[in-house]
Amino acid sequence: MDCGTGIKPPFGRFSCSHVGFGSIKGLATNQLEEIGCQIILGNTYHLALRPTSELIDEMGGLHKFMNWPRAMLTDSGGFQMVSLLHLADITEKGVTFQSPVDGKPMLLTPEESIQIQNRIGADIIMALDDVVKTTITGPRIEEAMYRTLRWIDRCIAAHKRPNEQNLFGIVQGGLDPVLRDICVRGLVDRNLPGYAIGGLAGGEDKDSFWRVVAQCTAALPENKPRYVMGVGYPLDIVVCSALGADMYDCVYPTRTARFGTALIPEGVLKLKNKVMAEDTRPIDPTCDCMVCKNYTRAYIHCLVTVDAMGSQLVSYHNLYYMMKVCLRFSPENGITFSKPDPSIRLPISSFCSCAYVFFLRWFKYCGWVD
Amino acid sequence: MKFAVKAWSNGKARAGVLQLGNCPGPIETPALLLSTRKGLPHFIPPDLLPSLPSPDSHLLQVSPLHFLEGLSPKTISKIGGLNKMLGLPDYGFAAVARDSMQSIPEYSSTNRIGASFETRVGRLLIKPVDYVEMISCMRPNIWATLADEVPAWVSEKRNKTSVDRTVRWLDECIALSSAGGTVFGSIVGGSNVEERERCAQEVAERNVSGYWIGGFGLGESMEERPALLNAVTDVLHEEKPRLVCGLGLPEEALQGVSAGIDLFDSDYIYHVTLGGFALTFPPSGVDISASEFCPSYDGSERTKINLRATIFRHNTHHYLKFFKSIREAIRAGEFDQFRRRFIESRRACDHLALTDDRAMAAVAVCI
Ligand SMILES: [Zn+2]
Ligand SMILES: [Zn+2]
Repeated sequence: MDCGTGIKPPFGRFSCSHVGFGSIKGLATNQLEEIGCQIILGNTYHLALRPTSELIDEMGGLHKFMNWPRAMLTDSGGFQMVSLLHLADITEKGVTFQSPVDGKPMLLTPEESIQIQNRIGADIIMALDDVVKTTITGPRIEEAMYRTLRWIDRCIAAHKRPNEQNLFGIVQGGLDPVLRDICVRGLVDRNLPGYAIGGLAGGEDKDSFWRVVAQCTAALPENKPRYVMGVGYPLDIVVCSALGADMYDCVYPTRTARFGTALIPEGVLKLKNKVMAEDTRPIDPTCDCMVCKNYTRAYIHCLVTVDAMGSQLVSYHNLYYMMKVCLRFSPENGITFSKPDPSIRLPISSFCSCAYVFFLRWFKYCGWVD
Repeated sequence: MKFAVKAWSNGKARAGVLQLGNCPGPIETPALLLSTRKGLPHFIPPDLLPSLPSPDSHLLQVSPLHFLEGLSPKTISKIGGLNKMLGLPDYGFAAVARDSMQSIPEYSSTNRIGASFETRVGRLLIKPVDYVEMISCMRPNIWATLADEVPAWVSEKRNKTSVDRTVRWLDECIALSSAGGTVFGSIVGGSNVEERERCAQEVAERNVSGYWIGGFGLGESMEERPALLNAVTDVLHEEKPRLVCGLGLPEEALQGVSAGIDLFDSDYIYHVTLGGFALTFPPSGVDISASEFCPSYDGSERTKINLRATIFRHNTHHYLKFFKSIREAIRAGEFDQFRRRFIESRRACDHLALTDDRAMAAVAVCI
């Protein structure tokens, strides 16, 4: 698989792309997950160096870092703020949060976020946005949306390497169609290399979630990649792909792996379960990943029983599995959705409340579930 | 397994070649065995193992006791043994019951029936018959017989008992294992030169393919160690390989090499990495970089884990390089000079905490 190799400026459409590093060449997979977390350290030195340090091995040294042939994305730090929100204070200047290292308050401005990401040198960098949980309602949503639009201009102005690095803007606006519309139009006007749909997967119901994705993808330009942030469940990815999204986070496969759970076509496999101790089959006999080719459920059971260290192998498989989900879903791979609807991108009107069932049926049609 | 000594230097230091049927090439000794957790090297995913120097990194030390955390020997046998189960067909495994991480000998609970170990699933008493069953199911290339390891501070009587038991268990293990295979007879004796010699003599008389020397790194002083090591190696057959556990620091490894040891465990690298340190001592004994201070690492647990794979690879590389230098010095007949130079150039603080950008630079340059 060469997932991600297609991401280089200028953009073409890419059919399969997890945000994060290709799990393909066997980068230690729990490291992949950490990539979004680098920013929280706050120390400029760490910010610049930490995310790359994981890759030094693969790249043959720091000096070769800039030639890293695969796609790379760095987070603005904004996403982390959501999880640290009780510590974060958002003002027009930027986001102030407590450093998890020394507890001191630190201010991350849009300019700083971009500066740090310029230094790291990823192919895709994310604008700093004002994130609010979707469960919050009222004027705060509106404020966050407008602030995100103001900050994108500061990000664009601060961006020193626009020819090498692709700055993605993030659509905010909660579950409000009007606010989302204002935000998405505002960002499209700024003609960015790519767009992210943010502020989702924070506890909203599936129906609202997909409605927002559908609205945003419909309004975004065809030839620019769309990244749905915070989404990682296999079915969500399938649905969002059908709605015209291109990129996703890969937090779910690694997070679930830490609990000893593997993703398989039948659903999930709980490797901590005692019956696994004598199961000499691979995690997924139909999978051709490094882990499934080499390891039995019994051995992985032994790895995950007492601590989480064994989850590395499970993460590897899970990421591989998710990559396959994406690949199988790509039009280039001949999987088209001729039934029940031939169009990959659904008009909003057809996006009804029984979407989940609808897609499940689709899923079955494609042979994903029995 | 085939082993041959190829060169000697300054008395007992020796360079040799170890051949294992499934390894890509002969492994030159003195060599380092990479320590593992449940059969896989620490911190580094199996598909990245080939990035370490080959075949130097193809010798892995495994503790059969780790698998008691969830796997029965029968299942391991059904899967096809260690190489198959671990997806590492071209790696050599040396099975030793103890390590210094998760299978720690607990002499106070060891009795005449079996050896006791402190493990993550509690304290386990392992009888020779259990141990041999594990070995026959796992099929390692090399295995050391069960030993009663005691620390340096036990009474003369207890130390003597440990030698008696270890020799008796050796006989039991050999009798239980059908053909004998590649058995390394275990030698203990604590910090008593006579007991060391007695144990070595007993083991040397047995039908074993090599020797495992235990009971080091358990409270004996560095000064008394050369005499203990020499007492053992003086009576061993020259043509058989010697594996030692518990000599971790570079200086300790050099003591072992001086006494004619061929194979060493690498728990040291594990502990250094876990502590968050990158090794920067000059592996060839020539001072190439100076490091004056050792700031302690204050990062969170999370970030430490994140960096460990990289640092572990660096440290492993670094230590393998050190062993390569040792071999070159022996072949050149200059081991003593090498050793002296190395110890002189060593500084009090020759590993860097990860927060130091020079540590990162060292890592970046050396890989
Ligand atoms: Zn798999
Ligand atoms: Zn290195």
